[in-house]
Amino acid sequence: MQIFTCPFCGPRDETEFHFAAEAGKKRPMPAETATDDEWAEYLYMNSASRGKAQEVWLHVTCGEFFLMTRDTVTRDVTAVTPLPGRNA
Amino acid sequence: MSGWRHGSVGSQIDRATPLPFTFDGRPGSGFAGDTPASALLASGIRVLGRSFKYHRPRGLWGMGNEEPNAIFDVTEDGRTTPNVRATTVMLRRNMALRSVNTAPDAARDRTGMLDLFNRFLPGGFYYKTFMAFGWMRWEPMIRRMAGLGRLDPGHCPPADIPQFNARCDLLVIGAGAAGLAAARAAARNGREVWLVDDAPEPGGSLRWRGGDIDGGDWLEFTRDAIGAITAAGGRILSGTTIWGAFDHGLFAAWERRDGSPDRLWRIRAAETVLATGAVERPLWFANNDLPGILSAEAALHYLSLYGAVAGRRILLATGNDASYPVAAALAQAGCDVTLADVRADTPATPDGVGHLRAARLTHAHGRNSVAGAVVDGRIIETDTILVSGGYTPSVHLHCQAGGKLDWDTGSDSLIPRPGSSALRVAGAVNGSFSLARALAEGHAAGRGTGPAPRAAAGDWQFFPMRPDPDLRGRQWIDPQNDVTLKDIKLAAQEGYRSVEHLKRYTTLGMATDQGRSANFAGLATMAALTGRTIPETGTTTYRPPFSPVPLGVIGGLRRGAVFNAPKRLPLEIAHKARGAMFREYGGWLRPSVYGTDDEAVLAQQEALAARKSVGLYDASPLGKIEVIGPGAAELLDYCGYLRLSTLKPGRARYGFVLGETGIVHDDGVVFRLSENRFVVSASSSHAASVRMILEEARQDVFDPAKSFIHDVTAGFATLTVTGPKSRDLLIAANLPEALYDDAKLPHMSVTETFWNGHSLRVARVSFTGDRSYEVTVPARHAPALYSALEAARQEVSGRWIGMEAVMILRAEKGFILVGKDTDGLTMPHDLGWQASREKRKDEYLGRRSLFTAEARRTDRRQLVGLEIDGVTPLPTGAHLVPLEGQRRSLGFVTSSYFSPILGRPIALALVEGGRNRIGTELGVFHLGKIGRVRICDSCAFDPTWERLHA
Repeated sequence: MQIFTCPFCGPRDETEFHFAAEAGKKRPMPAETATDDEWAEYLYMNSASRGKAQEVWLHVTCGEFFLMTRDTVTRDVTAVTPLPGRNA
Repeated sequence: MSGWRHGSVGSQIDRATPLPFTFDGRPGSGFAGDTPASALLASGIRVLGRSFKYHRPRGLWGMGNEEPNAIFDVTEDGRTTPNVRATTVMLRRNMALRSVNTAPDAARDRTGMLDLFNRFLPGGFYYKTFMAFGWMRWEPMIRRMAGLGRLDPGHCPPADIPQFNARCDLLVIGAGAAGLAAARAAARNGREVWLVDDAPEPGGSLRWRGGDIDGGDWLEFTRDAIGAITAAGGRILSGTTIWGAFDHGLFAAWERRDGSPDRLWRIRAAETVLATGAVERPLWFANNDLPGILSAEAALHYLSLYGAVAGRRILLATGNDASYPVAAALAQAGCDVTLADVRADTPATPDGVGHLRAARLTHAHGRNSVAGAVVDGRIIETDTILVSGGYTPSVHLHCQAGGKLDWDTGSDSLIPRPGSSALRVAGAVNGSFSLARALAEGHAAGRGTGPAPRAAAGDWQFFPMRPDPDLRGRQWIDPQNDVTLKDIKLAAQEGYRSVEHLKRYTTLGMATDQGRSANFAGLATMAALTGRTIPETGTTTYRPPFSPVPLGVIGGLRRGAVFNAPKRLPLEIAHKARGAMFREYGGWLRPSVYGTDDEAVLAQQEALAARKSVGLYDASPLGKIEVIGPGAAELLDYCGYLRLSTLKPGRARYGFVLGETGIVHDDGVVFRLSENRFVVSASSSHAASVRMILEEARQDVFDPAKSFIHDVTAGFATLTVTGPKSRDLLIAANLPEALYDDAKLPHMSVTETFWNGHSLRVARVSFTGDRSYEVTVPARHAPALYSALEAARQEVSGRWIGMEAVMILRAEKGFILVGKDTDGLTMPHDLGWQASREKRKDEYLGRRSLFTAEARRTDRRQLVGLEIDGVTPLPTGAHLVPLEGQRRSLGFVTSSYFSPILGRPIALALVEGGRNRIGTELGVFHLGKIGRVRICDSCAFDPTWERLHA
């Protein structure tokens, strides 16, 4: 059982969190400019990297999304930060 | 019959307290402090069970959870617990032990003749043979004959096992010499230490091997360690198994307690020391599975702790120094001991022991018990064979924590690679068997200061013992799953050379002992047969649990009503008082019908009453997600399929929330209460996920400071009044006048007002097609609203209706339930909502996906209604098929009811190109028969929508 640290609530049990997306994935805006292939790439393709990964997670109990940098092999969490757009 | 009880030796037993028990119905007697295994050994009972596949007689082998054979169904107070390992529980008064996998009992098993057919039952036998006529035909027969104990359906242990989270500075796993030294060293430096061990008391192998530490008896050292741990605020958990190492340094521990419920501990420590010791390996010779062949270490364990002696004429076959103290102790206890060592260069002969050097045991004789042995071609009279093939370190937790193993020639074993897991390793688990080394390593692992505890120096020497593939006769590798050397040869020959394949093909190590005494031999044999080294051959993956853990321990208190607790209505008590029957709908416990008659009949009556006069139902679970702020409209435009910024304050709009894939995630109504305040009325089962979709867009797409999302579903109660007399009911209830003025509150509008001094929100939206009012109050005022509406209901002869009736009413109108009438492919235009897709030009969630080639197909499954002749509704889920040509599924029935107001069955379905098929007929396939249906519009009742305003 992992312990993740929500930037707003502190360390909590992993069952309180949901994975949201890989970080840095840009949604084509407006989406109609994307080809079918580009759109499918955005929707379905993940790098699922082995080792260091940067991901967006949701702390379900407080409703805040945040960036988590972790290692998918050792499961070490090295950084948690609020989303960049947030005026925290 | 050759085991016996020594007259004075035995530190664990209380000879003043005899404990009667039965084994396979025959009476026996042990002492308080015995385990079932020690009591049976001392009673001279040898055949304790039958093997899994060949039904060979099997006896006691070991002393802990490595025991493969002594497994019983244990009955106490009329309740039977299956597959209890006789070595790991305490004997209790009047325990009834029943051997497993035997009929009628272990001594006289009638399927023992199976063994005669062993040549026809090779490894992979099931896969090769029983595929012939389909496995399903054979499986019941094989299951009856194989397998272990029998479940007692009447024995349901209570859900009374508490679970605790704990933290400490140092967790020490194993309380043998190394663990004690580590714990003592850390505690002396003021660290809070938890010392956990699965034996009833600390000491590990010191308990039966003894030893002097720092010039005193080991017991003094142990008492000193316990004192230091306690003084520093630590804790000693005996009879507790650490059964798993999990992510982020979590360890799970199962604490067994006599007379109170067991406990589960989730322990996180700043540091962990692994001192789990090692398990003795068997030796491999013909008939090495005969009862009366025991681990030498176990024999010493039973002698020292319980005075239970394995036999009288004992042959001890070994290749290492660890067996010499065993031979000495048995000789001293009065046994006739012959020590047969494969080595020429051995330690000194113990007093009173016959000693054969460079001597190899090749064969055991006997039918149900050892009657003789062959050593170097010479027959040796013996009733008991003790063996030692070396030791296998218990590295499980190190590997579960991600650690790797290295080959250590000195100890002839795989030991933890330093630094490959976060655990610090000490003692026998590290291949360090001598007391002095175990103490030194433990002291270092506990970051001890000052000198380590001292003991007599001297390491054990090991000769690498391996199975000999050229030896004649059947050599057992895994006694619990009946895997022989021949099976491993066959696996190698057939190409199953990877250890993971070997394991699955032969079932090596897959039994309840997890191959603790067997895996090494299987691995070594495969290495030899394939010309690889043992590290090259590798090990199978170690996974939790370390030993079998009762599910009740993992489940803890979560069972029955608290397993997955449903959400409850504020008015549950009032509904119950009206005789409501409750069911779970989308995670909420809601009235299904009111009354005690047949549920289907009541639902029909309730649905009809709601159409004819007025029905009331509790709609409190409807989502109430407030979206507030100057950015609210923009946010909802982006998250919704229909534009919401164009909605006027006081009005409501039905719409969808899509995922980015364009699939309908939820439907519902959005109210605009004022310019910057909306309420999203998500469906009851999707409220939580819709909130998260809104939050994600708010935080990731927009300026989060411009809007605020607040899910207040649980804070409000909603009662819905529906039917032609719904307005009369509001008037009778004396609700504010503005509510029943259609000019002020037309269909699809909402108003907030005050009633009896608290807020009241009324919305004209309809889930039934009839004039309806959703009346919402803060949850604490729900009883007052209920009383007012209930009094008025009686005046206008209305009826409370449950969810079953609501389902009928909404289906009559073709109103969908997302997830029931839609699936993971349904897009809004499949439901007839194409306007937004065609006209909206601004960006919204899922829009791009509505224009892919897949989304443009004309044969997409679309929502339609179905008409049938007769009075029996279609089965939900039945597939629709062409009436002619090749049969294939064109779609399926999603909702199906008998409509009381129409007097005929109605149904909704998703059908390929459904809207173009309206007016045509299709087949409906159910239980091998094909009926006929007519495709029609999804709205079966009041297609001109007059009743909304009636």
